[in-house]
Amino acid sequence: MNYVGIDIGSTAAKTLVFDGEKVVASFILPTSWSSKETAARIKEQLYNLQYNIDSPDTKTVATGYGRISVDFADKIVTEITCHGKGGFYLLSQDCVIIDVGGQDTKIISVENGSVTRFLMNDKCSAGTGKFLEIMANRLETDVDGLFDLAQNGTPIPISSMCTVFAESEIISHIGAGHARCDIAAGIVESVINKVALLAQRHGIDQKCILTGGLSQSSYFREQLSKKLRKKVYSHKLGKYAGALGAALLAAEKFH
Amino acid sequence: MLNLPENFQNYSEARQQGFLRLKELKESGKKVVGIFCTYTPTELILAAGAVPVGLCGVSDEPIPFAEKHLPKNLCPLIKSSYGFAISDTCPYFYFSDMILAETTCDGKKKMYELMGEIKYTHVMQLPQGRSGNLALESWYSEMLRLRDVLNQQLGVEITDDDLRKAIHLKNRERKAMLDYFEIGKLKPTPISGYEISTVIDTNSFIFDTEEKISILEKRTAQLRQDYEEKFKGKPSRPRILITGCPTGGVREKIIRQIEELGADIVGFENCCGPRAQKDMVDENKDPYLALAEKYLRINCSVMSPNPGRIEAMAEMIDEYQVDGVIEVILQACHTFAIESYRIKKFVTEEKHLPFLSLETDYSQADTGQINTRISAFLEILAT
Repeated sequence: MNYVGIDIGSTAAKTLVFDGEKVVASFILPTSWSSKETAARIKEQLYNLQYNIDSPDTKTVATGYGRISVDFADKIVTEITCHGKGGFYLLSQDCVIIDVGGQDTKIISVENGSVTRFLMNDKCSAGTGKFLEIMANRLETDVDGLFDLAQNGTPIPISSMCTVFAESEIISHIGAGHARCDIAAGIVESVINKVALLAQRHGIDQKCILTGGLSQSSYFREQLSKKLRKKVYSHKLGKYAGALGAALLAAEKFH
Repeated sequence: MLNLPENFQNYSEARQQGFLRLKELKESGKKVVGIFCTYTPTELILAAGAVPVGLCGVSDEPIPFAEKHLPKNLCPLIKSSYGFAISDTCPYFYFSDMILAETTCDGKKKMYELMGEIKYTHVMQLPQGRSGNLALESWYSEMLRLRDVLNQQLGVEITDDDLRKAIHLKNRERKAMLDYFEIGKLKPTPISGYEISTVIDTNSFIFDTEEKISILEKRTAQLRQDYEEKFKGKPSRPRILITGCPTGGVREKIIRQIEELGADIVGFENCCGPRAQKDMVDENKDPYLALAEKYLRINCSVMSPNPGRIEAMAEMIDEYQVDGVIEVILQACHTFAIESYRIKKFVTEEKHLPFLSLETDYSQADTGQINTRISAFLEILAT
């Protein structure tokens, strides 16, 4: 049996195949304007990798904001439950999952292997991947480039909570001739502050793991650890935590 | 599928039907008093021979009109209510001879100052808490002042006898509402939270209290029968208690959604629920003092401190066999937003139940996010 987890987020669509014991395949596609089209491309890609989604030996759970567009899924589950499952599997213990996604940030507590509570950001993109993407764009780089710049900078405080206002704040910093790396450091710090505030509001009484697109950046993770005064772990499959949780749920439900 | 009564009218249908009834009443010479809150002593309005009508805005349509005068970052209920008044798009406001309001939250009391420029508005000075030395005394004198204002504005003479009759009638209505709410204690529940929320809000558009009582009693009997015939012994869906701000304006987005996603709302620990109905007005006292005492006991977050809310919640969680609590906070409602921390601690640490707090407004902008949060909460309840 193969268990497929598909996590269609606002920016990236993550797919992962679990054979009941281990992860056997994983890939990421950008989310296009149509989640339905993204789902169709995932199906095709799986087929190219020799996984036939329509076969009775393959069970699929879809998650993420585009979950309802995956019409071939056997079950849909919210990204909160999936990230909880995935994070628990990656750390092999109860934990707090900090997921910084494209359009929202979630803090999830897992106790005895199940999600017990969660907190999400307001309907606002500050403190999410989207914020970093927009600001990186302003500095004519991408998110990875932004982190590289930030490592060598001294943060200039970005005080605006709103993405649109923060963008104008950055434009004025650029206009004032501040160093690009200092502005970059300020941008990252502003996201760290938002994420840390949400985590502290939720309460981080357990081991913490960072998941989502930013979990691969050791700089981001270190800054977050520093701010929280608590070690934040990551995992090479951190990006796939939601998809992994979905595949694990498929295995639980359909084995 | 929700178990709704035959010929069930949704909020906008019922609201529309009420227009004609009110117009007829007005033409027959009846006076109308527009009201906003459970703190309003409607007994005095009835004793004055007038009818009270609820004017709380539950639609986002008039909000742009309100935002010409009011700040954007304000409670949607306040903006919606004011928006209806200033845009002259609410027949109930139009038909009201006067407005009766109270100094409850900061947003409302300051809005009423502006509303007073559109129509005569009497604002009762509600104490900020019930423990102060003069709290009851001042609220009692506000009752007497209201009597004088109503006498003058409506050209009547309220007698103690009229007031006693009105108190008795309202107590009967309270009892009928309470019996209706308590259907939610049955497990599995035959009543939906969507129905409770709609019926309680649209009740305000029926102007004959006897008729209201009879409708509620009939429906309660029907629901008891439904329970015996169709529900008893069947498995129950997760049972949710709603708490926080008034939920009339998020009825579709939150209340209905919770039930469509697979849970039952069995009770409301907010002003749409039994909070104000459980507590009767003492019929054996000076009627003005009895009214002052009763209305000061309402446990809204505008009161400081407000321990009654926790007590009411503890009782409801047990009696309604609740599995999880969902709190609704309307944008910029400071008093409920601040109490949220204590409510969360109480529900999770003392009652050991899952708790979800949703902050929202009347727009549809966050429908997707709300949906994800509710779904995830129900997934927690299912494990």
